[in-house]
Amino acid sequence: MRILSIYLIGLVFGIGIVISGMANPAKVLNFFDFFGIWDPSLIFVMGGAVTVAFFGYRLVLPRPRPIFEGRFQLPTATRLDARLIGGSALFGVGWGIAGFCPGGALPALGTGRIEVILFTAALLAGIFVARGLQARLRNRNSSAATTGA
Amino acid sequence: MRTGYPFCKTLLALGKCRHDAESLRKRGMIETAFTPFQSLAGGVLIGLAAVLLMWTLGRVMGATGILAGLLAPASVYDFGWRAALLAGMVTGPVAYLAVTGEMPPIEVPVSTPMLLIGGFIVGVGVTFGSGCTSGHGVCGMARLSKRSIVATLSFMVTTAATVYVIRHVFGG
Repeated sequence: MRILSIYLIGLVFGIGIVISGMANPAKVLNFFDFFGIWDPSLIFVMGGAVTVAFFGYRLVLPRPRPIFEGRFQLPTATRLDARLIGGSALFGVGWGIAGFCPGGALPALGTGRIEVILFTAALLAGIFVARGLQARLRNRNSSAATTGA
Repeated sequence: MRTGYPFCKTLLALGKCRHDAESLRKRGMIETAFTPFQSLAGGVLIGLAAVLLMWTLGRVMGATGILAGLLAPASVYDFGWRAALLAGMVTGPVAYLAVTGEMPPIEVPVSTPMLLIGGFIVGVGVTFGSGCTSGHGVCGMARLSKRSIVATLSFMVTTAATVYVIRHVFGG
């Protein structure tokens, strides 16, 4: 029951992504091409999604707990640090080069298109390498802290 | 050829913007139709899925987080719901095929090396930035999270700048 519900939620997301145009790099890149062949469609994707989520979260979050879990797990970080801003800026560069973002590419995998598979493989490699780097940074910081350096 | 690209006209007057069929093809640019209603409907479904995930599991719907969690799941249960969510997402195009009789359009005006380089950079960026378009751009913005608003502004600016440089500085 729980797994089926989650599967269906993924399906709603996947259908939303493919009909919105977010899975189509030509459309995504044209959205950002203000000084060329600009296609403003994706404003409506973000507008629709953020509006629905804004009001929906207000209905859901005051509840004592989610249906299948003991508590809501919301991100707790509040600091605007270089990692957040730099990482996001870097993501934008990659998005502007490839035209796929993770949320667009995952549902697009269902088309079996080789371009999507290649992008996703490179995406996973990037995540893997970055996680390794993060772990090393954490280790260095913690050993620096213990030695008082 | 589609007409009426508002900002392009300005550059066109300066001789800096060409979008006749041949120069577009040479630069690998593919024209797309303006689809406000379809895109809005898609956006509403994306938002709905985010709300449903919060209602059932109490989690934000971020593609980065879901994927990263699949690579290093905390438990069997943790892996299970992430895999179910991903399986649902991947079935999206199949549902689209069942209703419309064709696969959703995926046009890739990008060479394979650029696709790979872009994908790798996206992976590094979303890991350090703790999220992407779905996590920061939809869920975080809807929660009015300061971090997500800043992250979204940050990647929107660099994406637009990157597209500008590729298409109009190097590609022009």
